Amino acid sequence: MTSHFGLMVIFSLFVSVVFAVLTRDDPKDQIKFGARLFGGFVGAGVLIGWLLYPLPL
Amino acid sequence: MRAAAADRTQTPSTLYLICAAAWFVPGAGHLWLGRRQKGIVFLVALTSMFAFGLWLEGRLFPFEMTQPLVALAAIADLGIGCPYFVARLMGVGAGQVVAITYEYGNTFIIAAGLLNMLVVLDVFDIAKGRK
Repeated sequence: MTSHFGLMVIFSLFVSVVFAVLTRDDPKDQIKFGARLFGGFVGAGVLIGWLLYPLPL
Repeated sequence: MRAAAADRTQTPSTLYLICAAAWFVPGAGHLWLGRRQKGIVFLVALTSMFAFGLWLEGRLFPFEMTQPLVALAAIADLGIGCPYFVARLMGVGAGQVVAITYEYGNTFIIAAGLLNMLVVLDVFDIAKGRK
């Protein structure tokens, strides 16, 4: 629950929900956009984490 | 599902009252304007995010103008409205610097406040008849 990844997922979930509801009016669009945002946040987090893996060199 | 209140432009005094309500209680502005679904989601999500940040030992930053970044964090914290004052009254939000989740907690609290500020701007646009 308090792992870095777990907290990042929870944070992404909250932010995705708020942004999706804020920017879309139709509930279907909100779910689609929210899921894309959530996937993007988590995916980018994992990708950047792996890119930073060799650091410090 | 838009109620009539959201479809007509508000008078300036009502407009600022709605924005103040939206800041003080997350989601209240949308509820006032008849956008029930959005209002409930904001109320639940933003309040939970703020409470989660406190649970993670995050800190409610003081207004120290000598430290600009701390002051900016305090303004962001205040963005959540009523939950901020409730937390202050309850004596939570002291922040445990040694806790492993301290920085995560701060991030949740600050982001919740900033997101609520965005929600207030959205309410302003709706009340103005722009959305």
